[in-house]
Amino acid sequence: MSTSPTLPAATSFDAWARVQLARHPKRPHALDYIQKLIPGFQEIHGDRCFGDDAAIICGFGLLRERPVMVIGQQKGRDTKQKLVRNFGMPKPEGYRKAMRAMALAEKFGRPVVALLDTPGAYPGLDAEERGQAEAIAYNLREMARLRVPVVSVVIGEGGSGGALALGVANRVYMLENAVYSVISPESCAAIIWRDAKNAERAAAALRITAPDLKALGLIDGIVPEPGEGAHEEPDAATFHLSAVLDKVLGELAAMSADELVRDRYEKFRRMGNFFQE
Amino acid sequence: MSWFTRKQPSLTPDSEEGERKVKTEGLWLKCEGCGQVIWRKGLEENLWLCEKCGYHFKVDAVTRLKQLFDDGDFTEHDAALVSTDPLGFADSKPYGRRLTENRASTGLPDAVICATGRILGRPVEACAMELKFVGGSMGAVVGEKITRAIERAIVARSPVVIVSASGGARMQEGAISLMQMAKVSSALMRLDEAKLPYISILTDPTTGGVTASYAMLGDLNIAEPGALIGFAGPRVIEQAIRQKLPAGFQRSEFLLQHGFLDAVVKRPDLRQYLAQSFDFFCGKYA
Repeated sequence: MSTSPTLPAATSFDAWARVQLARHPKRPHALDYIQKLIPGFQEIHGDRCFGDDAAIICGFGLLRERPVMVIGQQKGRDTKQKLVRNFGMPKPEGYRKAMRAMALAEKFGRPVVALLDTPGAYPGLDAEERGQAEAIAYNLREMARLRVPVVSVVIGEGGSGGALALGVANRVYMLENAVYSVISPESCAAIIWRDAKNAERAAAALRITAPDLKALGLIDGIVPEPGEGAHEEPDAATFHLSAVLDKVLGELAAMSADELVRDRYEKFRRMGNFFQE
Repeated sequence: MSWFTRKQPSLTPDSEEGERKVKTEGLWLKCEGCGQVIWRKGLEENLWLCEKCGYHFKVDAVTRLKQLFDDGDFTEHDAALVSTDPLGFADSKPYGRRLTENRASTGLPDAVICATGRILGRPVEACAMELKFVGGSMGAVVGEKITRAIERAIVARSPVVIVSASGGARMQEGAISLMQMAKVSSALMRLDEAKLPYISILTDPTTGGVTASYAMLGDLNIAEPGALIGFAGPRVIEQAIRQKLPAGFQRSEFLLQHGFLDAVVKRPDLRQYLAQSFDFFCGKYA
């Protein structure tokens, strides 16, 4: 098997700058993209078990004439919205709602587009009681089984299992300044150096930027961002995203259901082959 | 009288400067459950259960497999698989050195042992995680070994048992560890499609990315009594909600009550429980 990847030089400045951009207060959130990408977006609510999680948005509409099911993790902009959206940290009912939406898309042969942007799944008492781990685990397995095209794009923070629960896709992309990590740089620094202030060092060590993940073979491509970041020109950022989604969905549309399932399986089967025998 | 006269000078120390302590380390252990002092040998014979209170001591991966399989007999697979430290990660010490040290201290190549053996006669693919190896964390090697075990089971048409004991995904391998969650879960999808049973045994502790992937995906999820099982660790939750957690929160019995476990099974009953379940799923083993 392969031994070591060739990674771009790690500079804590670059990694941390991207973390800041991924969390930028003006960075476009899932709904900002959805409203531009899909005119007449029709939202659906609830997991049919417990409630409706506002941290995950599900719905459908036409993306450049193509019917798609869209799932997005939504952070809030102002304080009130942040509270409503629980800072973009989904609870089990959010993941179960997303799975319901994906199953619905599968039933009617529609592709799924997931926009990932969360600091992580909510680590709270109620979330644990309702089976946060089970909800995420279930999504991982059931997404692997979906017989329709699935495309995931990390648009901001790809916070560990909380993001991956919508990330078992045929194609996974990251926006240029998005990050995708197994643990937040702050938590990592708190574990290693017992001090969250070393987050910059941790960000570099964890290899969480889009170029890093591309070099590691964990994502398929990088969606360019305008200027200093997507927040500067949200329209241009949306255009790039739209172009990539259109191209990828076009490619996947040519594949049969069996091919899609096999393609997704083999993609994740190969991931992280960094060991020796 | 010779009764009171020491004939052998056995109590004199070997040297004046030498250690004068009698080594008793490992002979007696204090039970973490009831605080009683227990004889180590008796504990081993009792599957590492406290005779007095039934507390389940943690057992290492090798002991676990010996306990599960008939006659303690099994064939290990993929024992040569080792990580290459793909990120060149260094925290308080370089990850490469951490791996070498953990290999030396545990005698294992990584945090899981995968093996084929028999449970009441029936061939079973089993994986047991080793908590002492970098906290039982899942990196590329653990993900690959478990995936291969599942693939072997599909070919051999045998059931799968995974005994989890883990702090979650391995930080030192970054997003590579994260993707192992998807990889193993995808393999379990194929096992599911092949209609082969998978029983997940959660032991103390099972948290993070391991709980949030294969540990919760069993056809049956069972746990040993009193095991800590959760997504976020208790300290993280306490920080997030800024209050103390209630007693028994995230323990096996709590998960059973909330509907996330099929049963809490005591260690001496595990083999029987597995065998009976496999009989139901696959028909009696002839």
